[in-house]
Amino acid sequence: MELISQHAKKIMEGCKERAREAGLRFQDESLEYIVTNRDLLHLSPKVMIPTLYDYWVQDVEVLKEQGRYELYPNNPYETVINTRPPISFYNDNNPDWLNVMIFYHVIGHIDFFQNNLFFRHTWDFDFANRALSDKRLIAKLRSEKGRWVDYIIEFSRAVDNLVGYFDILAAQDKVKSAGSEAMLDFYFDVFLQREGNSVVTHFVREIERYNKMLRDNPENGQTLFLDTVKVRHAELESLYEKHKRENKPAEGLDLLQFLMENSKFLNKEENRWMLTVMEVVRGTSLYFQPQIRTKILNEGWASYWHEKLFLGDDRIGGHEVDYAIVNARVTSMPRVGLNPYALGMRLFSYLEEKADKGKISFEYLMLHDKHGRDQYDRQVGSGQDYIFAVRENYADSMFINSFIDQDFVDQHRLFVTGKHLNKERMTWQYYVKSRRAEDYKEMVMGSLYHPPSIRISVDENSTLVLNHFFEGKPLVRDYIEATMLGLEYLWGDMVCLYTSEPVPHKPETQQQHQDPGMKQEKPKQEISWKRFRYTMHEKKLSRELVDVHG
Amino acid sequence: MMKRLRDLYRSQKKKGLTPDQERMIKHELRLAEEVDDIARQHELTPPPRAKSLYEWDDLRVLQNAATPQPLAMSSVHTLDELLERDRQREEDGFHRKIRVGRMMKPGRDGDDKVVVVPTTVEEKFIHDQVQVDEEGEGEGESEGGAGEGEEGEVIGEQPVRQDQGSGEGGAGQGEGGSHEVESNAYDLGRILTEQFQLPNLKDKGKKRSLTRYTYDLTDKNRGFGQILDKKATLRRVIKTNIALQRIARQQQIDTESLLISPRDRVYRILSREKDYESQAMVFFVRDYSGSMSGKPTELVVNQHILIYSWLTFQYEHQVKSRFILHDTEAKEVDNFQTYYNSRVAGGTQVSAAYKLVNHIVEEENLARDYNIYIFHGTDGDDWDTKGEEALPELKKMLIYAARVGVTIAENGYGVSGKSEVEKYLRKSGLLEERNDLLRLDVITKESNEGRLIEGIKRLLS
Repeated sequence: MELISQHAKKIMEGCKERAREAGLRFQDESLEYIVTNRDLLHLSPKVMIPTLYDYWVQDVEVLKEQGRYELYPNNPYETVINTRPPISFYNDNNPDWLNVMIFYHVIGHIDFFQNNLFFRHTWDFDFANRALSDKRLIAKLRSEKGRWVDYIIEFSRAVDNLVGYFDILAAQDKVKSAGSEAMLDFYFDVFLQREGNSVVTHFVREIERYNKMLRDNPENGQTLFLDTVKVRHAELESLYEKHKRENKPAEGLDLLQFLMENSKFLNKEENRWMLTVMEVVRGTSLYFQPQIRTKILNEGWASYWHEKLFLGDDRIGGHEVDYAIVNARVTSMPRVGLNPYALGMRLFSYLEEKADKGKISFEYLMLHDKHGRDQYDRQVGSGQDYIFAVRENYADSMFINSFIDQDFVDQHRLFVTGKHLNKERMTWQYYVKSRRAEDYKEMVMGSLYHPPSIRISVDENSTLVLNHFFEGKPLVRDYIEATMLGLEYLWGDMVCLYTSEPVPHKPETQQQHQDPGMKQEKPKQEISWKRFRYTMHEKKLSRELVDVHG
Repeated sequence: MMKRLRDLYRSQKKKGLTPDQERMIKHELRLAEEVDDIARQHELTPPPRAKSLYEWDDLRVLQNAATPQPLAMSSVHTLDELLERDRQREEDGFHRKIRVGRMMKPGRDGDDKVVVVPTTVEEKFIHDQVQVDEEGEGEGESEGGAGEGEEGEVIGEQPVRQDQGSGEGGAGQGEGGSHEVESNAYDLGRILTEQFQLPNLKDKGKKRSLTRYTYDLTDKNRGFGQILDKKATLRRVIKTNIALQRIARQQQIDTESLLISPRDRVYRILSREKDYESQAMVFFVRDYSGSMSGKPTELVVNQHILIYSWLTFQYEHQVKSRFILHDTEAKEVDNFQTYYNSRVAGGTQVSAAYKLVNHIVEEENLARDYNIYIFHGTDGDDWDTKGEEALPELKKMLIYAARVGVTIAENGYGVSGKSEVEKYLRKSGLLEERNDLLRLDVITKESNEGRLIEGIKRLLS
């Protein structure tokens, strides 16, 4: 790994200037490294963070079963990492024009890392350095405690996909609404609407009154308004206090934190070192969380900008064809499959165009005439502002949910592909399953990263009870045992997991014995969901049915 | 061929078949009829998936970088170290985590290199797909798509069975180019013996053969030789001097006055030694009928490699292997590659294979010089449902064999534990009677590495 040549660096500084002029915001410094394949061998298991802590699993090929991407919430082949300064990696045999293109892409990512709100918790520190100190810490512990350090890493990593990433984000917001503002929120959001007996007109009148007071007394309108309210509703204050007590953010501890705080085993004097290791694993996982939740946005944003900036760059004339080939590979919609680069980029362009024409408005929404919709153009020209706002405030799930509509699906001829087995030809046949926007949206949403949601409690026998919130999907059963074994170790006592699993329905009319060759022709099996309890006690796992799931 | 199969079927039918057996046979017959692509009924690979959203990344897409192909040397750990760590885990009370070898194959050129890919998984609570159909049939997952086409229109197709052969040996699950650790069969055998506590052979049998001479400094010679044996020489010197009464009891010995005769010097001298070694001949017998393709074959072959490795270690390379494939007829093939990759559609007759083994042993008079091991892998189907032909051959085999191990890898078509071979073997009582020689191991389709090794213990201990 070596720094990129001064020549290339100079070109890249030119790229930065152009990107800034176009409106992207990012820090001045950046580091670019040339990497060989050999370097990649070492980097990719460490998810491109050169200073990540060592762990033996990184040296073994990890079986990533197809379709099980959810297991690894990070991309092992990222080209730029979200550090301060950001570090990007370039192949050792790239021509200059390609490096320029990549660098524009990289700038897009950097801008995204440093402005998208889902990355807020990574803004205040440099992960490369923190990882380095973590790595040293773990190395030091390993020299003292030997293999036990690796066990703790393993058990912590087993639940590191359950870190409370959104709690962290929420905590950063909490500071904002406190004092009178919070009370005001309570008045409008809860108090006025309690028991559903509030009349809309009353609500609106109160808002108008509030706005008027604020207009008349720009300085202390808020307090004045609250005073009038307090006079009218004497009970408001006590209700507010009660509400505050009841809705105290429910501990907000994720599983790792919960263990660290409440496990008697971990808090024994001789085991306290384990807490440090767990915190390292947790911190590392938290750092990677926004990355996987913004894959489409991030790649779409970077692709949008590399195209725009590269083609506008006067210095690289003559490489348009080379560029087109690479760009097509990156941003073409595959016939079958989902390309986050292409999808994200198209959505951004689509939104920009829509906003430019003023289509993001109530008026347009109410327009039902197809011709009118096609021709609609108010020449608002707010496209750029709009997509910058999207890049700042959205994550993948919101992005997909809010913006994929029928117009978009039609414009890009998108569809949901189905597959079925053709017995005659012995092939899987792909067919167009649906061109409806809802179906397309559902398909994309279904393929987004989504770790299970698990509630934690402790029962009277000090058993750790995990309650898997049912979302129509079971847990991978093969993995439950090992994961719970680790949890039992960390908790130091019995661990229970409640989860739902599909149980095949036996159709009553089924024949007793089937022709061995005829298996294909049996009717599609129905399933019903049953709730099971897994108990890990003294390293033995047992499983029992608890009740019938709705 | 079909005619012969049908004749066989009819002759079996005359002897009486249960409806279940008849169905199995008919099923295989039907497979045999579809000669063009026999494996296809069995090898319903799970529906193909397009690249997932998260499998697109900058380095590969933008920089066209190949997925790095880790070399064995880049891995810090050797297989030994990894397994040692794994064994330690077990001692510490946790489950083993390393799976040895996702793909193992001896090289084509006949050396005994075995490729081992240690793999592992990181278990977590993660969402799974709801799998309604085990066989992966019917509808696959929905995916994205773009371009022309009406709803319902078929836009493309992909063969169900990917071309398996192509030299890669279908046992691998993912792309190749992984953390391969090359190891030769001997080392793997050692590892298996040590790490997985596979039994050591207690008695390698009486069959010994003079295989080579070694030269060693073991003989002693007085007067001249290569290396002076000081201790022996001193002893002789003392003896001589006692005889000469130069040393008396309870007196200080004056070493300088001792007399040394030239004949007192004892040397070690290079000499030719006959080296007797046990040697083994292993017959690997595999059912390659239609019903075997896919998982059963993989399991059986993987187990056979492990057994081969283990024997290579136990017999310190003095192992010869013979490979025999059978459907209703048996044939011998000359290397592992062919043994591994061959498949055919046809019926199953175990007796044919046993007959061939007996024939080879007899003809080449192998029983005199070798400890003979026979390992038979099958899915348990046999048209000869009562074992009328197979059992006598098996008995003949048990006369000379050091061990006969039968592995039944259930193909999942029949009822578990009810395959023909298993039934008639159990019924014959041979399993109890000749427990020292004949072993049976039944594994299910879903078995993993650990189960295979477990099975080997069962077959060998």
